Amino acid sequence: MEKVKCECGHVNPFGTYLCESCGKPLIEEDTPVANMRYEGVARRSQTYNRTIVDKIWNFFSSVKVGIWIIVLLLIASAIGTIFPQEMYIPPGERPTLFYEQEYGTLGKLYYQLGFHNLYSSWWYMLLIAALGISLVICSLDRVVPLYRALKTQKVTRHKAFLERQRLFGISEDTIDADKEIKIAEKMLKEKKYTIRKEKGNILAEKGRFSRWGPYVNHIGLIIFLIGAMLRFFPEMYLDEHIWVREGEEVVIKGTNGEYFLRNDQFIVELYDTDDERFRQAFERTGQQVVKTYQTSATLLRRTNTGAVGVGTELEEVKQYDIRVNDPLTFDSFALYQVDYKLNELAEFTFTLDAVNDTTTEDLSDVVFTVNLYDPEYVYEFDNGYRIEIMEYFPNFYIDNNNQPDTRNMIPDNPRIIFEVFTPDMDPDSDSGELSLIGVQVNEPLIGENDYRIRMIDVDMKHVTALTVRKDRTIPIISIGGVIFMIGLIQGSYWHHRRIWIQNRDGKIWIAGHANKNWHALKRDIDFVASKAAIPIPKDQLDEEQNSEGEEGGNNSDSTKQ
Amino acid sequence: MIQLSSNFLLISFFMYLLATIFFTVSITGKRFKTKEGEEKNKSGFYGYVFSILAVATSITYFILRWVGVGHAPVSNMFEYTTFLGIAMALAFVVIYPMYKNNYLGLFTMPVVMLIIAYASMFPREVQPLIPALQSYWLHIHVITVALGQGILALGFVGGLLYLLRVIDFRKITKKVVGVEFILYSCLAVLAYILLNISFSAMNYEATFEYVNENGVEAEITYYKPALVGPNEGVLLTEGRFDPFIQAPAIIRSDDLNTVLWSIIGGLFIYGVFILLFRQPIGGKIQPWLKNVNPNSVDELSYRAIAIGFPVFTLGGLIFAMIWAQIAWTRFWGWDPKEVWALITFLFYAAYLHLRLSRGWHGEKSAWLCVIGFALIMFNLIFVNLVIAGLHSYAF
Ligand code: HEM
Repeated sequence: MEKVKCECGHVNPFGTYLCESCGKPLIEEDTPVANMRYEGVARRSQTYNRTIVDKIWNFFSSVKVGIWIIVLLLIASAIGTIFPQEMYIPPGERPTLFYEQEYGTLGKLYYQLGFHNLYSSWWYMLLIAALGISLVICSLDRVVPLYRALKTQKVTRHKAFLERQRLFGISEDTIDADKEIKIAEKMLKEKKYTIRKEKGNILAEKGRFSRWGPYVNHIGLIIFLIGAMLRFFPEMYLDEHIWVREGEEVVIKGTNGEYFLRNDQFIVELYDTDDERFRQAFERTGQQVVKTYQTSATLLRRTNTGAVGVGTELEEVKQYDIRVNDPLTFDSFALYQVDYKLNELAEFTFTLDAVNDTTTEDLSDVVFTVNLYDPEYVYEFDNGYRIEIMEYFPNFYIDNNNQPDTRNMIPDNPRIIFEVFTPDMDPDSDSGELSLIGVQVNEPLIGENDYRIRMIDVDMKHVTALTVRKDRTIPIISIGGVIFMIGLIQGSYWHHRRIWIQNRDGKIWIAGHANKNWHALKRDIDFVASKAAIPIPKDQLDEEQNSEGEEGGNNSDSTKQ
Repeated sequence: MIQLSSNFLLISFFMYLLATIFFTVSITGKRFKTKEGEEKNKSGFYGYVFSILAVATSITYFILRWVGVGHAPVSNMFEYTTFLGIAMALAFVVIYPMYKNNYLGLFTMPVVMLIIAYASMFPREVQPLIPALQSYWLHIHVITVALGQGILALGFVGGLLYLLRVIDFRKITKKVVGVEFILYSCLAVLAYILLNISFSAMNYEATFEYVNENGVEAEITYYKPALVGPNEGVLLTEGRFDPFIQAPAIIRSDDLNTVLWSIIGGLFIYGVFILLFRQPIGGKIQPWLKNVNPNSVDELSYRAIAIGFPVFTLGGLIFAMIWAQIAWTRFWGWDPKEVWALITFLFYAAYLHLRLSRGWHGEKSAWLCVIGFALIMFNLIFVNLVIAGLHSYAF
């Protein structure tokens, strides 16, 4: 498509509204104030609309579409907070039932529509993807031509350009224009404007770099979104849990068996209820408040990286008190305090009694301790007695077929079936007395027993739960966030202001434009006018408003976004 | 120390009141001019001086309480809401010199007072911090959020001024109803505060026996006469008001009762106004605002939002993510509070993009500022007290 040559000689790309160089309107608009957004440059999206690529480009470069995407994301996000997301329902609840039971028909509908996992739904992801695409395209569509226009702009703008600026004025009388312009120049310099001169006319400009703010912040956002997407690639993100009992060493998941952690001690510390400062609060709520959850841990590392098993030695790397808000970090990993269990059963100690005093034998030596995490199955004593564990259920329950079973290997409800052999029995051929023993449970399994196993001691341990986290996306996300903030500040706390002052046949013409914060621009001009005899430009928007008798009225350029 | 800090807060409250009065005089008072044509009505200046004093005393409150408590006092509803009010006043003090707009003061100061008074309805005692909250990142995050919201709230004041200035109150239109509703909401908050103060001065207490949401018998104490009683409630205290109706068990009936009282109280005050003046409140206020330039309050509210948005983003999203990464193992977890911060962010982002087109300047933009403030209040009250309460941080 052919280029457009302006009367000033500058050749503009097809579709330019205001000549990039002198600002003369190339496409007539019937509004008193020119649309200065993007300097009236030719944007691809406003110019071509033929191929499918053009159409997609135009769709995503439209701010209207961008706003719709933002609004849809907003509404979707809000819907996701009506009822808790699946990850926040109480542990152990089945979502199929939970939503209906708790929230009735609406809850059921919520579940059926998939809103219980809204933020990971395909359509929410799609919206975020659309936002990303839109950000890239809309920025490219504008930033290149805008850059060119701001670079090519010349000092002496066309008459029609000046007239159609929002702030515009012409001096009443002919005066020594050149002298006044000189004074104005000095004043503007004082206000830190950059001045360009041409044939006695000036262009004073300030804060142009703020025009790049939006593009910088959009780039930051794109980087952020890319970072967030990388989470779904392997090796980028790790989310594991480990439970560690006091005194125990466990391998840290996700480290390929390289690192181990020992829980030296776990404590829960409460606030002192006598603390004067908090007395009122304690009285009102009547509750104790936790001060600290802390795991004193030792990080260990395997020294020989060879085969697991023989010769593996663990070397202490560091000791650390892991607390909420104070994770242990090493390599790219972090260990967080997230949960705990106090007083988990660890060991039972038993002895043996004769029920009817029938034996005269001394049983006082028959004392044994069963480790509930990893029990020994046979206990032999010097006096010939032998006790075997026939079956062990760490977390006992009766299953659907009415059979005893264990839910898992955590000794929350341990039951042990012991078999007792007296010295005169042969463990291989005879069968001993059976008894079932647990917490507050001690019964013979078949008929009456002559011996009774009695629990004499219980040992308990605290268990800590830690999250193992590795997140390689964090550096990328942080960079995105920092760039975003820089762009945001750049575009929000600085403004691009321009003042054109021209000497046209002895009269001073002045026009001003600010991309925002017109107030400050007007004050700058007032400041200049306090010394130099320049006309105070009128705000053509105020005039418009007064003549129309109501606000706005000018929707003409709203469609061009 | 805590007591001293409370005294400072009280003093600052009166300073805000004085500032309001001076700003009122600066607008409604006579325009005296000296012979040289200089403005002699200096009340606007005094109003500003008192706003500065008010901010200074309330910041003194903040610092003293910080020292007394041992951590930044932004960790419960009273502390946070108070700080939000202070932040808004601070934003005003910073922005006023740019625009020298006394109308802004006239509307900002009462809103600040309302917020601080509302804050003091929550338990004011010092509370110990649970482990998850013991982090300086949390405090940095919360303080920045409040500052951002305070600045954004000025955008609301600007928007409200704009609406009161331009809307035609002679006919009852949707817009008039909208503006009246905003004013009514402020009155309902005022009613809530007044009722709370009066009933607690009377030591009103009524205890009910009722059946709670788990079908178990329990007791509940009301501090206001029960319009709505608890589920199957039986009044235990003698000589107290018997409720008209009973709430279903899943609803916190005493809170519902309070809300109902506030709605009715607000309606009452509003009704008195209407009877006295026989026109919408907005219509009564409008003549005072005839010197307000709509374009300049429009720009003012836009600037407040352009300034507040980065601060809010920094505090509400970026610092929040840093804290979440340290305290909750992940920087983002789609927790309702996080999501509502995101929603507020998206809302103001949409606002800024709408402002790119001239069709959204002026009135539409003013309505958006109002909605934005409603969102902030929703975050403060609803998200904190209702949504988050359902599955509040358990650790
Ligand atoms: C949540 C996502 C987004 C955020 C946080 C964001 C943020 C911003 C901000 C802060 C500005 C500056 C506004 C001002 O200074 O008044 C801006 C400008 C802009 N944004 Fe976005 N934006 C987002 C998405 C989009 C999308 C999807 C589009 C595409 C249609 C878009 C197009 C624009 C345009 C065209 C500008 C004006 C640029 C200029 O004035 O030169 N933005 N954006």
